[in-house]
Amino acid sequence: MILTRPLSITGRLTLGFLAGIGRATLFAASTVANLVRPPFYWREFLTALMQVGYFSLPVVGMTAFFTGGALALQIYSGGARFNAESVVPSIVAIGMARELGPVLGGLMVAARVASSIAAEIGTMKVTEQIDALVTLSTNPMKYLTVPRVLAGTIAVPILVAVGDAIGIFGGYVVGVNRLGFNSSAYLKNTIDYLQTWDVTSGLIKGAVFGFLVTLMGCYYGMNSGRGAQGVGTATKAAVVAASILILASNYLLTTLFFAQ
Amino acid sequence: MITLSDVHKSFGANKVLQGVNLTIPTGESMVIIGGSGTGKSVLLKCILGLVTPERGRIEIDGEDVTRADRDAFLARFGMLFQGAALFDSLTVWQNVAFRLLRGAQKRPKAEAREVAIEKLRRVGLKPEVADLFPAELSGGMQKRVGLARAIAAEPEIIFFDEPTTGLDPIMAGVINALIREIVVEMGVTAMTITHDMTSVRAIADRVAMLHGGLVRWTGPVGEMDASSDPYLDQFIHGRAEGPIESVR
Repeated sequence: MILTRPLSITGRLTLGFLAGIGRATLFAASTVANLVRPPFYWREFLTALMQVGYFSLPVVGMTAFFTGGALALQIYSGGARFNAESVVPSIVAIGMARELGPVLGGLMVAARVASSIAAEIGTMKVTEQIDALVTLSTNPMKYLTVPRVLAGTIAVPILVAVGDAIGIFGGYVVGVNRLGFNSSAYLKNTIDYLQTWDVTSGLIKGAVFGFLVTLMGCYYGMNSGRGAQGVGTATKAAVVAASILILASNYLLTTLFFAQ
Repeated sequence: MITLSDVHKSFGANKVLQGVNLTIPTGESMVIIGGSGTGKSVLLKCILGLVTPERGRIEIDGEDVTRADRDAFLARFGMLFQGAALFDSLTVWQNVAFRLLRGAQKRPKAEAREVAIEKLRRVGLKPEVADLFPAELSGGMQKRVGLARAIAAEPEIIFFDEPTTGLDPIMAGVINALIREIVVEMGVTAMTITHDMTSVRAIADRVAMLHGGLVRWTGPVGEMDASSDPYLDQFIHGRAEGPIESVR
């Protein structure tokens, strides 16, 4: 009995984990299916677009700016070991566009948006507002989930593009003011070495991360437990799941896009 | 007419409904009573399709609810939730006119607002309330807005889930009177869930008592006090001693 107990616990946890993945996958499939079927709630979509995109700009912008600056300093000090200080502009640009822009932008949106969506929908669930929607002949998936997930899929790549630009600017400010780079040479280097695919791949990642973040917010909100503790647990789970999914999918997408 | 036949529902090991049989005639006001956790709300949610029963049949005017066109079926209902369940992000009039602003019953915005204000007036609220948000209202006002939303699309059937919970006795009396007036005026079939006996006497034509997952007693409200059923007797008189076990 004592020997089999750990196995039983492991088995239960594994089955629970797999069942969770299954439920989340079905939820994602249902979201996509509802996306292509009318009605579409434009007002809710535009509100979500503002919440996910516009109101996330300050936090994503600041994160990108400081990351770009720190990246320039790191590359400069690391590159100095090989007399390769001149690669700072190109590596900052490529690093921001391919990796740091989408990943950090996605993580900041996960912290800000997945939590707020899960808390909002979770509270709606415990206060019976979701049941009320059903009794008012409104499908909660169409009214709550579809607008938010679509807004995330559209807004996050835009945030990533803005974040890329601000991050590169952060590197430029540090490069020119602290590391002694010539302003026009820094800009020329950035433009010469940055390719369209570097930016496009980051934007695709942004769209995937936006989908995952908003999906997790909605999924955990809709499956929130009872009371304040249930909503709190759902909020925490949404942020954790969204963050892990961002990092895992980032690896998969990088492998897909850049593995030789 | 709403007919429930042998309805069963469990949550894990907890058997909430164990073969409920109940008929609610058209145009009558049925009040379901019973202690907390006896499955009153689950029963109501089973009828609406918010919860799926494991066994049994629920019919409305002879039509199985599981086979009915969902939108058309729900369009026949209005519901007042226990905590009113108003949408925080919408103003009061948008909450009341929710059904009139989208879907099959969609009307122009100005017309929907007009209907919402008229329904707010019907439940005793002034038009100035229309542009406030639910968080700016007291509990009693929220219940009235919930009631206005329930009647906004002129439903045939209205459900009231614990309509007076959390209200002071005067406001509870106002809500009871409003429910009775509206039910009589609109000629709707009403089903109310409550354990407030004042509400029962004010609202009900007929009463059904739920206990142990079954309908323990059902009959006209006038016969309730004369019933010899010990469970009903203990419940309506609020006695601690009797066949219904109470946790002290």
